[in-house]
Amino acid sequence: MARAVVTVSPQAKRGEIVEIKTLAQHTMETGFRRTQTGELIPRDIIRSFRSTYNGTEVYRVELHPAIAANPLIAFTTVATESGTLQFQWAGDNGYTVTEIAPIKVE
Amino acid sequence: MTTRRQFLVLTAAAALPATATAQIDPNMIANRKAAFQAALKRVVGDAKVTHGRVKLTLPPLIDNGNSVPLSVVVESPMTDADHVKAIHVLTEKNPLPDVVSVELGPRAGRATFATRVRLADTQTVTAIAQTSDGAFWSDTAEVVVTLSACLEDGLI
Amino acid sequence: MRLRFTLLFACLLSATAGGGEIPLSERRSGYELMSRETQKIQDDDATNPGMLWVLDGEALWSTKAGAANRSCADCHGDARQSMKGVAARYPAFSAARGKLLNLEQRIDACRVERQKAPRLAYESKELLALTAYVARQSRGMQIAPKIDAKMKSFLEAGRETFHRRQGQLNLSCSQCHDDNWGRKLAGSVIPQAHPTGYPIYRLEWQNLGSLERRLRNCVFGIRAQVPEFGADEFVDLELYLMWRARGMKLEAPAVRP
Repeated sequence: MARAVVTVSPQAKRGEIVEIKTLAQHTMETGFRRTQTGELIPRDIIRSFRSTYNGTEVYRVELHPAIAANPLIAFTTVATESGTLQFQWAGDNGYTVTEIAPIKVE
Repeated sequence: MTTRRQFLVLTAAAALPATATAQIDPNMIANRKAAFQAALKRVVGDAKVTHGRVKLTLPPLIDNGNSVPLSVVVESPMTDADHVKAIHVLTEKNPLPDVVSVELGPRAGRATFATRVRLADTQTVTAIAQTSDGAFWSDTAEVVVTLSACLEDGLI
Repeated sequence: MRLRFTLLFACLLSATAGGGEIPLSERRSGYELMSRETQKIQDDDATNPGMLWVLDGEALWSTKAGAANRSCADCHGDARQSMKGVAARYPAFSAARGKLLNLEQRIDACRVERQKAPRLAYESKELLALTAYVARQSRGMQIAPKIDAKMKSFLEAGRETFHRRQGQLNLSCSQCHDDNWGRKLAGSVIPQAHPTGYPIYRLEWQNLGSLERRLRNCVFGIRAQVPEFGADEFVDLELYLMWRARGMKLEAPAVRP
């Protein structure tokens, strides 16, 4: 099941700034909502997002309940060398998702 | 149902669906403002924050407070010597003041970030960027948030 | 909310139960009434949350299921070819059942009869994913339900439902969506109610949902008895809504406020 999807161009020129758009499927339950009978629905959110480029961290995000459900995280990175972009989401209740995208740099 | 609607109309409080019917804090607005100030202090400490270099973009009138497109771009050469190392977004009327924090560096190429956020009420959103020299820059944006018609109240 | 409704529609309560239909050339998709920012979310597959379900559906399409151990692909092959145009012409008549089926019911029927798998619950992740994947294959195509002699009675039943006053607020769909589209109801703009993008990612739901889920919301909103998912009344109404939107482009999966 697609838990996250990443959109990034598979190739770029050296030094070019590439755009990366990521979507993760997650309800991002705030912890402020209540059921019809008044019980508090516990918080269950993605807490962090991390992107590495051939193992080196290039971007990191700390998420809070104010981030909308099915979060979009869009950012950029410099195409330095060919290799693998890795994206990791981690959150409450042991939530962890990893996606990778190959990148070819000329 | 009616009681909750009347309360929301009277106090212009949170527009999140199915907000707590019990224990509405009478000092909510003041408390949230205080929380915002505390969060601000946590981010910048006693340092001065200069309005500029940061561009925070939010639609002025939104379709739905559950999902508001937000983007931050900071003017910066993003070199080893001079780059943005963190971006923070804060609100003054949400239940929690922190929205998101980003850690980045020269590898990002551009000091930019985009996402979608939840906004509880018409308010001012603040973006703060910290540059590698330790300085803080900021921008604010005003957003009008309205309650949707035809809510379904837990009915699927 | 109730108070606001009554005040806003005090004039309408004495008026007729909805007047004429919108002239074909004046029809507008709900897309056009959204802010530019929300439109952009829909336009870009990289930011449209509905695509998460489309990808799930794509995976399910090739997954063997049920006692028959068959996948959708085993019978239907590549969905990009076989499902092209399908969502644009549903609801459709099922000769085997002698009744009208909407797309969700058609998918579920295949699931039970061909795959010999258990039913998929309405609004379940799996059914939404398959519906989103199938509907995606008709994106950009014109909505074109086939109305022949045997469909006429369903169409008329749907038209009647659309124009009938119902609920505590005694409102018909037509009064808002034919006569007052474009005007505001509380903070929202009233759309013309064309099902141009289902299943939609609705920002209010923070989730993907079907047309029937949306119809149930509406009926709940006017304080009428909410029919169950799959009720004949709903499927007839869906047919009428698709006919009313004939010629308009399908945008599935759309994003709506």
